[in-house]
Amino acid sequence: MRPPAQTVFLERQTYRRRRLIDLIKILPLIGLVLWLVPLLWPTEGAEQVSSANATIYIFAIWFVLIVAKALSVNAFNAGGSQKDDELKGDERGQS
Amino acid sequence: MGKRVLLIEDEPNIIEAISFILSRDGWDVATHSNGHTAVDAIREREPDVIILDVMLPGRSGYEILGDIRADGNTSVLPVLMLTARGQAKDREMAEAAGASMFMTKPFSNADVLNAVNELVA
Amino acid sequence: MNVGSLNALIAVCLIYVIFLFGVAFAAERAAMRGKGGLLKLPLVYTLSLSVYCTAWTFYGAVGYAARSGLEYLTIYIGPSLVLFGWWWGLRKMVRIGRSQRITSIADMISSRYGKSNILAVGVTVLAVIGTTPYIALQLQSVTTSFAVFSGAPESPGTLTATALWVAAGLAVFTILFGTRNLDANERHYGVVMAIAVEAIVKLFALLAVGVFVVWGIADGPSDILNRIDNSKIANWEIQGGRWAGLIFLSAAAILCLPRMFQVMVVENENEDHLRTASWAFPAYLMIMSLFVVPIAVVGLDLLPAGANPDLFVLTLPLATGNEGLAMLSFLGGFSSATSMVIVAAIALSTMVSNHIVMPIWLSTSDGNGATISGDVRGVVLMSRRISIVVVLLLGYIYYRVSGGGTALASIGLISFTAVAQFLPVLVGGIFWRGATRLGAIAGLTVGFVLWAYCLFLPSFGPDVVLSSNLLEYGLFGFSWLRPQALFGITGLDPLIHTVFWSISLNTLAFFLVSLLSFPEPLERLQGAQFVNIFEHSSRTPTWSGGVAKSEELMVMAQRILGAREAQVLFAREAERQGLSGVLPEPNAAFLQVLERELSGSVGAATAHAMVSQIVGGASVSVQDLMAVANETAQIMEYSSQLEVKSDELERTARQLRRANEKLLQVSEQKDDFLSQVSHELRTPMTSVRAFSEILRDSEKLSEEDKRRYSGIIYNEAVRLTRLLDDLLDLNVLENGRVSLHTQEAVLKEVLDHAIETALSGSEAKLKVERSKSALILIETDLDRLGQVFINVIRNAQKYCEAESPKLSIVITEDVEQVLVDFIDNGTGIPHEAQEMIFDKFARMNPQKAGGAGLGLAICREIMQRLGGDIAYLPGQGGTAFRVTVPHRMRMAAQ
Repeated sequence: MRPPAQTVFLERQTYRRRRLIDLIKILPLIGLVLWLVPLLWPTEGAEQVSSANATIYIFAIWFVLIVAKALSVNAFNAGGSQKDDELKGDERGQS
Repeated sequence: MGKRVLLIEDEPNIIEAISFILSRDGWDVATHSNGHTAVDAIREREPDVIILDVMLPGRSGYEILGDIRADGNTSVLPVLMLTARGQAKDREMAEAAGASMFMTKPFSNADVLNAVNELVA
Repeated sequence: MNVGSLNALIAVCLIYVIFLFGVAFAAERAAMRGKGGLLKLPLVYTLSLSVYCTAWTFYGAVGYAARSGLEYLTIYIGPSLVLFGWWWGLRKMVRIGRSQRITSIADMISSRYGKSNILAVGVTVLAVIGTTPYIALQLQSVTTSFAVFSGAPESPGTLTATALWVAAGLAVFTILFGTRNLDANERHYGVVMAIAVEAIVKLFALLAVGVFVVWGIADGPSDILNRIDNSKIANWEIQGGRWAGLIFLSAAAILCLPRMFQVMVVENENEDHLRTASWAFPAYLMIMSLFVVPIAVVGLDLLPAGANPDLFVLTLPLATGNEGLAMLSFLGGFSSATSMVIVAAIALSTMVSNHIVMPIWLSTSDGNGATISGDVRGVVLMSRRISIVVVLLLGYIYYRVSGGGTALASIGLISFTAVAQFLPVLVGGIFWRGATRLGAIAGLTVGFVLWAYCLFLPSFGPDVVLSSNLLEYGLFGFSWLRPQALFGITGLDPLIHTVFWSISLNTLAFFLVSLLSFPEPLERLQGAQFVNIFEHSSRTPTWSGGVAKSEELMVMAQRILGAREAQVLFAREAERQGLSGVLPEPNAAFLQVLERELSGSVGAATAHAMVSQIVGGASVSVQDLMAVANETAQIMEYSSQLEVKSDELERTARQLRRANEKLLQVSEQKDDFLSQVSHELRTPMTSVRAFSEILRDSEKLSEEDKRRYSGIIYNEAVRLTRLLDDLLDLNVLENGRVSLHTQEAVLKEVLDHAIETALSGSEAKLKVERSKSALILIETDLDRLGQVFINVIRNAQKYCEAESPKLSIVITEDVEQVLVDFIDNGTGIPHEAQEMIFDKFARMNPQKAGGAGLGLAICREIMQRLGGDIAYLPGQGGTAFRVTVPHRMRMAAQ
């Protein structure tokens, strides 16, 4: 008999892993939306965003995305030993 | 004019030896060493007796003998078969194929001479 | 400045190039020895992706920023998004590329659409047209930076001369490292490593200039931000169309640029590297673009109003007297340009060679090209080398013709738009099974015609290619056909106008024609394979049991893969099928593996054509089509199980049949053994007896006859002795009572001695050619090994029936053993007799040889005693034997 606690643990692991994949999938879309935000900025008048601030904004998104991506990929690699049916056996991380 | 003998054999040294022995005895010796064309050679030369080796390049002596016996002109031609395989099985095969006489190598020169003389007598 | 600094510059360039040579060479050596530890790092993969950042980035980004503000960032945001989104598309592309052994983007597209050669040729031509301006751009940047740095007068004559030298130098480097591999494989370890090093150099150089500008000239980041808001960049207004359009365009470009495809898919060592690159490459791009605006604003501040902003990276350090930094900056630009040109030239030459030159060559070298023996690898490499030269020459010619005047950025974007035309076909191909070959051809044609008409041809300026009249009033005077205002929509930016119309009409044509046309069977198979790559990447149901002759396939494979590699492949496949020997059954699985291996060298379309030439056309069977039609995984699974079962049954039956035949033959031979020995002994004895009787009985023999007859007796006695020796030798060997004297020696000397001994005293004119070989040391029983060599050479002497008999001896070496192949130009041995010749007394032609037919049986016994082997080597044209000698003799188990 398998102890029930372990089953719960495994399911949780699998569940986390799937959500991690969701994050990995969604990040580029978030990036795209954020990078298209400058299109909404007013182009005339006093409220015009300065180039310096625009630069900071764009690079900040970049930086955050890179860090988020690196973290999620590392987490994904670390949890790679788990076989995940959603991965269909093709994307198991290095274990 | 001596009787004609056709020697069908492929070992050059044996050809030379038999030719020497028979011609010294007054035979007219012709030689042939290819199995494929042996039957043609027999038709062409019309020998009185044939000495036929079993192992020939291209065709075995038994097959050639079969052709000789099948041909109406040569069906009674005396044939002395030579073989280097000395087993009883070989003798039986030679007899079945219709050999008039059978000798195992190595032979004594006198035996060969006696055999061919006996065959044309 | 002066000639001295020009010389120094040239010297630095040369030293740098030699250093790169060293890096590339060391990486190739390491990879060949199976080490290549560095290459296995995901970091190297990430850095190699930096061929995306060319001189256009290094010099041009600053110029771009100075002219159009933050818009330059779009060029790096697009690729960052693609890498971030690796899960969606890149992952699939790399998997397909690896499992189908794709060699280039043209190969990818042609392979997906039924291995169509027309499509491959089309994509190749378009890629060359699209990339040529880009190569010209690199030549221009190196040339201009050279001129600026050395202060040489910018006379057009010196500039073009420099450009020609640069192009020639790059061609040499690319040929040396892009076409070094004799196996014509698609991986270029040396180049990848050199490019990774160049990636570091250009990043470091740009960072150094950036740090110098921010902290050396300005007073740190806040000062820079102030300067930005006070410069003309502050006036930048985002243009919505261009911002979104360029992000799309650069995202498309990183997927479609031939050089990016090369480093990203073809050179990929390990799919997992992509995961690291998915954040590390955006990081690289971010760092590359970080200092662009600061350099631009400081340049605009400091340098005179007319200064070319495309060269700020170089002119800023020079203007402030930092020669060392300027030199570093120059090297950074040089690295950017050279790495792009090298990879682009490799990628394009692979396409040109595989899809244009090789098909032509194969069809011209008479109808049966694929099966003639001889090595085709030389032709492949030569055609690649020529293609590299042609590609670089085209770049140089474009540079001369365009005059090198256009701003760097615009040329880059023209190229991007050209290759972006591949996007619908590429993406549609891997996600949509309904995409067809005709659809792809239609889409690409529409896209490229529009690109050429709306962007490329007008880029030369009015009245150069397109008349100003046409530009203003449209083709044939139809105003809705104006190149820069199609369908009467005016006011759009010309680039966005082109991108919008070409990509959307391209996609539309691709989609509609795909809907209306019906794919061929092979297209449907490949489509299913590509789209569902993750579901069944292990099986490509392409070939179904043709009746190819394995030996013919072997002949062909040897020409393309190289003899050794092909033999290893065939032997491995034969083993997998459970067969002994080196020839596998030509079943579907094997043909598929073979085709894939071949496509690594000559591309999918050509490989397919070659295999079908031999197998005989009918490549797709009803079962294969059923497999495609059956959408559900269960049915696929079920039918494949059935197939496996019937295959297994058939194989078992075949093996039983073979075993039976062999047994029958063996028992007959055993039966015959005694009578064989009897025959072999009695024949010489007959002569001995007959002549000794003659000598004894005849008195009247002449002296000459006596001498001759004694000679015959002597020779026959020798023959008898030799026969008895052989029999005893064999008996000793077979019973394992032989004692071996192990000595160390150079293989070449053993072989030379054997050749000399075998040929001495014979009047037959056998010509022996021995391949040059390195100094190979072997430790074994040298006399026994020599005996084997002599026997094999004498066999060739006896049996080779060619008019001018020739024996070539080829030596190859691997870690454990040395292979010595003896190949003559005679008729060869029929398949059914290839095993039997090693049996005792099994001569092909019993009367021809002087020996007893024991030679090869003894050779095999000896080689097995020495821990090696001797076997017949099929598919070499003539009779061929392979002697396998272990470097060190392992004592055979007794």
